Amino acid sequence: MDFEAIIDNLPLYLEGLWVTIQLVVLALVSGFGLAVPLALLAVSKNSFLSFPAKTYIYFFRGTPLLVQMFLLYHGLAQFEAVRESVLWIVFKEAYWCAVTAFALNTAAYTAEILRGAIEQTPFGETEAAQACGMSKFTMYRRIILPGSFRRALPAYGNEVIFMLHGSALAGVITIVDLFGAAKIVNARYFVPFESFITAGFFYLCCTFIIVWFFKWVEKHWYAHLRPRTS
Amino acid sequence: MDYRKTALLVDNLHKYFGQEEVLKGISLEACEGDVIAMVGASGSGKSTFLRCVNLLETPTSGSIYVRGELIRMKQNRNGDSVPEDLKQVERIRTRLGMVFQQFNLWSHMTVLENVIEAPVHVLKIAKKEAVERAEELLYKVGIYDRMHYHPAHLSGGQQQRVAIARALAMEPDMLLFDEPTSALDPELVGEVLQVMRDLAEEGRTMIVVTHEMGFAQEVSSRVVFLHEGSIEEDGPPWKVFKNPSSERFRQFVSKYVEN
Repeated sequence: MDFEAIIDNLPLYLEGLWVTIQLVVLALVSGFGLAVPLALLAVSKNSFLSFPAKTYIYFFRGTPLLVQMFLLYHGLAQFEAVRESVLWIVFKEAYWCAVTAFALNTAAYTAEILRGAIEQTPFGETEAAQACGMSKFTMYRRIILPGSFRRALPAYGNEVIFMLHGSALAGVITIVDLFGAAKIVNARYFVPFESFITAGFFYLCCTFIIVWFFKWVEKHWYAHLRPRTS
Repeated sequence: MDYRKTALLVDNLHKYFGQEEVLKGISLEACEGDVIAMVGASGSGKSTFLRCVNLLETPTSGSIYVRGELIRMKQNRNGDSVPEDLKQVERIRTRLGMVFQQFNLWSHMTVLENVIEAPVHVLKIAKKEAVERAEELLYKVGIYDRMHYHPAHLSGGQQQRVAIARALAMEPDMLLFDEPTSALDPELVGEVLQVMRDLAEEGRTMIVVTHEMGFAQEVSSRVVFLHEGSIEEDGPPWKVFKNPSSERFRQFVSKYVEN
């Protein structure tokens, strides 16, 4: 075992870690923003609204993230119309292709988690909201969504971890994220075990922080479910 | 003659669930200050009737006037009856406080938040004012010391009293109770009935669907007995319990007296 190369290249790992964090945060934030309207469309009784949302969710859950990322990064470049459009400013960069693919992918999974949580809203709670004259909009904003976010939290915590680990795919399309950094170190020094276990260690640390964060949120959001101690 | 204002007028209400006719033309007039106890066996349609009044169930036909205002209905493309103007329904619902059998408190909110929710977000009352009023109401129903608890940390009787405070917070013209004590342990029924008794004494207009014959007999100003979707008996408790015109009502009451 030779960790000298690893220690010499720690700055590279840290840069990679920073890129990974950027990718994951950007993807999760925009993905969540997309997931809420998607989930609301998916639970609609009007099939003109629910069908497109359900199709979107089905497509992105039905194909590998790697394929989705390749379609954006390699696939789109094939079309001249894309290369000449304003979209090219975004899609010529591997970085933005990865962010877009991750965001679209996590949006589908998150929307599915939210859809389930919305549909599990206790019927009595929506009925009480109706009975006091709430409009549908207010009822979603004040009763259904806040309750659903709480119900969705454990499953969403899982999705965040999956997104972190899925983000390693960025290293495949030239991006120097954590996995990309490990690949570079391995290629230069041929220390595959040391280089990848180091990346694994950083992923483990990130996961620990995510798990801890969700525990903390649960503590605040689940006060209504815990037995009273005081 | 009764010169009080009419609070609720229901005319020839029919309700079908599929092929089954649950309400077979119910007409009822409630005056301000009336406390109407609606009694009847399970499946007699009393809860359905109550839920039709604030459109939680859509009546198949018939008219409902709340304080003289007709809830306008129309036919949709499938020929079903639907409200013509949802805004009107929402406005009328704010005037009708509803208390449910299963309390239906919002579980992610504290007691206080449950009570101020609709005043703040539906009536658009300033939060400070809503909190003050909520505190008064919670004091009145005896939950003041638990206003920062979540519903899951309260007993059924306490939850139901919060639900009553939540309905009162809207300052409604009328209160609708849908079997408010049926989901409670026997020893918790009394505390909820006491709150309802106090409300009746304040002169509030109430329609109470209930199995509590004692409440019907002592507190209500009028008893309405439903049987298979029709009103079989309707009159003041001193009259109907002593001298019922309907044989079915007499049998129905005798079952409760035996127990």
